[in-house]
Amino acid sequence: MTAAAGFESVTMRFRGHTALSDVTTEIQADTITGLLGRNGAGKTTMMQLLTGHRVPTSGQVRVLGGAPFENDAVLSQLCFIKESQRYPDLFRVCDAVRAAASVYPSWDQQLADQLLEEFELPVRRNIKKLSRGMTSAVGIVLGLASRAPITLFDEPYLGLDAVARQLFYDRLLADYAEHPRTIVISTHLIEEISDLLEHVLLIDRGRVLLDADAETLRATALTVSGPARQVASFGAAHELVTTESLAGQSRAIVRTGTATARRMATELGLVVEPTSIQKLVVAMSLRSTTTDRATSAAPSDLLGVSR
Amino acid sequence: MNEDAGPIFRQIAVQLEDAIVDGSLAEESQAPSSNELAAFHRINPATAAKGLNQLVTDGVLYKRRGVGMFVATGAREQLLKRRRSEFAEQYLTPLLLEADKVGITVAEIAAMLRERGGQS
Repeated sequence: MTAAAGFESVTMRFRGHTALSDVTTEIQADTITGLLGRNGAGKTTMMQLLTGHRVPTSGQVRVLGGAPFENDAVLSQLCFIKESQRYPDLFRVCDAVRAAASVYPSWDQQLADQLLEEFELPVRRNIKKLSRGMTSAVGIVLGLASRAPITLFDEPYLGLDAVARQLFYDRLLADYAEHPRTIVISTHLIEEISDLLEHVLLIDRGRVLLDADAETLRATALTVSGPARQVASFGAAHELVTTESLAGQSRAIVRTGTATARRMATELGLVVEPTSIQKLVVAMSLRSTTTDRATSAAPSDLLGVSR
Repeated sequence: MNEDAGPIFRQIAVQLEDAIVDGSLAEESQAPSSNELAAFHRINPATAAKGLNQLVTDGVLYKRRGVGMFVATGAREQLLKRRRSEFAEQYLTPLLLEADKVGITVAEIAAMLRERGGQS
């Protein structure tokens, strides 16, 4: 596997607020990566750094071997679909398409036409007059038809209905299968999208919480349940993410996939079940919130708090 | 795919195995491609490919260069043999555990099985 982009000890500060704190990670070429995290976690900042919209306070961002900031060789290979993309006032849908066609070297007009029809977009209408969902659909059409070697979708489907979201997933998969490229999607709809992902990058208050292959996560996230004492002793021996208890029974999410761990759980009389990426991500983000609150009295930690 | 059922590639492999065992995917017939599986199950193509490769490693499928993957001759028998050997672990262990919990003896289980045996 080769990396399409990488962050090396990247810290990003805005006026006393730390958006990213010592982030080191790589985005593998020709994979679909899910950039997950709560609001304000730093997802958009990471995308802005990748696309040269910002320069890191410290550390290095490399995209296709170069620094993206004001680097045309890199930027021409990128397509960034922003969460609330603004278009010039008088732009109609067809104007946005024409502009995109002239900007992206790998642009596929046939795909664009097909998607415009499938998303039922009125090409002659002013973009300002479109609904929130339709404006999102315009971004999706441009992002997919750009066929850019690195395409970033930042919350691409605000206001999109379930049918249009399904259409997006289907078209993304079909086109990605035929034209493999690097795709990064930030989203809150983890459950809907997790099957599409090859890699998961979870960030929380500017730090990387999870950076792993999606299938590895599915294999290593387990929910164990049973008598509270047994769950506690199993949790003590493994990477415990969360525990909930009621009436002497506990349920814990742990990260371990080894056969010995499963055997131990069975010997303790615990029920072991696989756990979805969504559940793991929520549990890890919540745990991080509680531990941070507990230690935030230390002044050194205040720098890491993003709000 | 079922998000609460562990790795997807394994679910893909098991589904294809099921199709081979029940005969809907005959020996020497072509298995679906990773892109077809990805589109149908709405999963990442790399994950689908991993499921197929698992079956190639197990000798259930084989590759024909430039054409695709095919079900190996003898795959069905091989899968049946494996499933029979896994039967006790998969079905009897939970059965005995629950029986023990609620106080059903092995003799009583045997009686139940004999009673049912006539019906199936």
